[in-house]
Amino acid sequence: MTAPVKALRDSGIILWRQLIQLPRIPEVLIFALIQPVMFVLLFRYVFGGAIATPGESYVNYLMPGIFAQTVAFGAVASGIGLAEDLRRGIIDRFRSLPMARSAVIVGRTVSDLVRNFAVVMVMYVVGILVGFRPEGSVGAQVLAFLLLLLTSFAFSWIGVVIALSMKTVEAVQSAGFIWLFPLTFASSAFVPTDTMPGWLQAFADNQPFTIVVNAVRALFLDLPVGNYVWLTLAWMIGITAVMVPLATRQYRRRSG
Amino acid sequence: MPVDTPAPHAIEAHGLRKAFGKTQALDGVDLTVTRGMVYGLLGPNGAGKSTVVRVLATLLRPDSGTATVDGLDVVRDAKAVRTHIGLAGQYAAVDEYLTGRENLVMFGMLSGLTRGRAKARATDLLEQFDLVDAADRPSKGYSGGMRRRLDLAASLASRPPVLFLDEPTTGLDPRSRLTMWGVIQGLVHDGTTVLLTTQYLEEADRLAQRIAVIDRGRVIAEGTPAELKARVGGEGLEVAVVDPADLGAVRAIVAAHASDEVFVDAERRRVRAAVSDGARALAAVAGAIAEAGITTEDVGLHRPTLDEVFLALTGRPVTEDEASDDDGAASGDGEPGGPGGPT
Ligand SMILES: Nc1ncnc2c1ncn2[C@@H]1O[C@H](COP(=O)(O)OP(=O)(O)O)[C@@H](O)[C@H]1O
Ligand SMILES: [Mg+2]
Repeated sequence: MTAPVKALRDSGIILWRQLIQLPRIPEVLIFALIQPVMFVLLFRYVFGGAIATPGESYVNYLMPGIFAQTVAFGAVASGIGLAEDLRRGIIDRFRSLPMARSAVIVGRTVSDLVRNFAVVMVMYVVGILVGFRPEGSVGAQVLAFLLLLLTSFAFSWIGVVIALSMKTVEAVQSAGFIWLFPLTFASSAFVPTDTMPGWLQAFADNQPFTIVVNAVRALFLDLPVGNYVWLTLAWMIGITAVMVPLATRQYRRRSG
Repeated sequence: MPVDTPAPHAIEAHGLRKAFGKTQALDGVDLTVTRGMVYGLLGPNGAGKSTVVRVLATLLRPDSGTATVDGLDVVRDAKAVRTHIGLAGQYAAVDEYLTGRENLVMFGMLSGLTRGRAKARATDLLEQFDLVDAADRPSKGYSGGMRRRLDLAASLASRPPVLFLDEPTTGLDPRSRLTMWGVIQGLVHDGTTVLLTTQYLEEADRLAQRIAVIDRGRVIAEGTPAELKARVGGEGLEVAVVDPADLGAVRAIVAAHASDEVFVDAERRRVRAAVSDGARALAAVAGAIAEAGITTEDVGLHRPTLDEVFLALTGRPVTEDEASDDDGAASGDGEPGGPGGPT
């Protein structure tokens, strides 16, 4: 077997493991749903009335932001899952086997992609129930989903890198969340950025999360997309390209 | 005369050193393990046993020194080494959400077996390790002993010629420990070379053909179990009397069968001595004491413990720090379904 074929096969085996686990740990899936559902209810019914979104109903404005936040927060689950594996010693066994070094992480990030896809689909339905009315064409909406999945993949790798640089599961838990709050709130996900102070707006308008939100929002709502699709592709592929070798190197060196 | 090719050792290590910050975990470890034997690495908690195993299993690079497994260098040929080894770590490293069978199929396939072969192998291993009834239940619900057996089975999925077992029975209840010993003894018949670490002299004695005693990252003694026990005086005979006035008489009786000096502990009313043939000496001494009409509290043999071996070899007892172990091991088995859980 050539090296790439072997890596693919080993990743597939780990993916199989992760997918078997999925229905057996319903907490993970339920937690992954409760959080965005709460955000939807909170923003749709509590804050929504006070937020002005010219030209769009607030729920239409909100839901693409929720989708993006949901996949971004998936990074935490990726990190915690890997940290648990490290703590349990199962990673040590994997590392003692003649398997491809990248397989454990690739299998996990791909399975997280599957989980995130399921969660976003459910959130789409939740959105419809609370009044979300996407106007984009089917093709545009499918493209929006693909961009969300790409984002999910890139963010999972960030979660994995965080997990591999921390010593305990608890540390991974906190470190995994902390950076996501400024990133997802100082963005266009929940409110238009033009009400923010100038310095914050400068950050919010240019950071990658806003770019993802703007791209998928434009696609779902049939608004002009500008460069956002290309920018999203560039950012997410860029993040993945940096994180993959970083994570693989850390995994190889990890001795704990 | 032709130069002899060196005996093909399963494991060879020379001058292994490894530091974690200021802790010198390995301070020059040498080991030679002949093919097909069970080799015991005996030492208190923190001695460096797991670190040796981790270096040999390619999980950790030594700071200096070299080691080979089946002739393959653990650093340079790490990849190849991994096709020759099985590892059952200190904590049962199986996936608790997967069933026993799924775990074995996964590890078999990751070791390079085809799906079909991995499945067949899993069925065999479940049989061999007495896990058939639990095979299709998630391993989360297994007892501590079952989980260890599954862990060991997982390390055997690809029939590795060299197996590392890091404290396979720490934290197990006595019954599961006995089962585990039986399983490990069975492996030797398959010709597998086993490097086993343990904190129990009794375990090393029972399972290993040779033992290295390790302390503070160094091998401080090496030999057969009999050789090591001889260094601490072999088996001991101990008599506890009820009346301190009998101590003198008992001392004389014991002296007739002792292989070495006789010790009298007046405070605890005990007479102790090393004996060469324990059972015979015990019978003779007990008979003579009864004949003399002396009332005893206890007459018995006692095997040297790791503490005594240690004291004899290093002149110091196993320190608090080193002995205060088992929190790690306990947490591995203290989870739901630990020892005494469902079997
Ligand atoms: N990853 C690590 N980081 C820091 N110290 C470590 C690490 N692994 C082991 N040690 C230290 O090295 C010494 C030897 O540990 P170890 O090999 O686990 O001992 P044993 O298995 O005999 O109990 C101990 O003092 C331990 O605290
Ligand atoms: Mg250890």
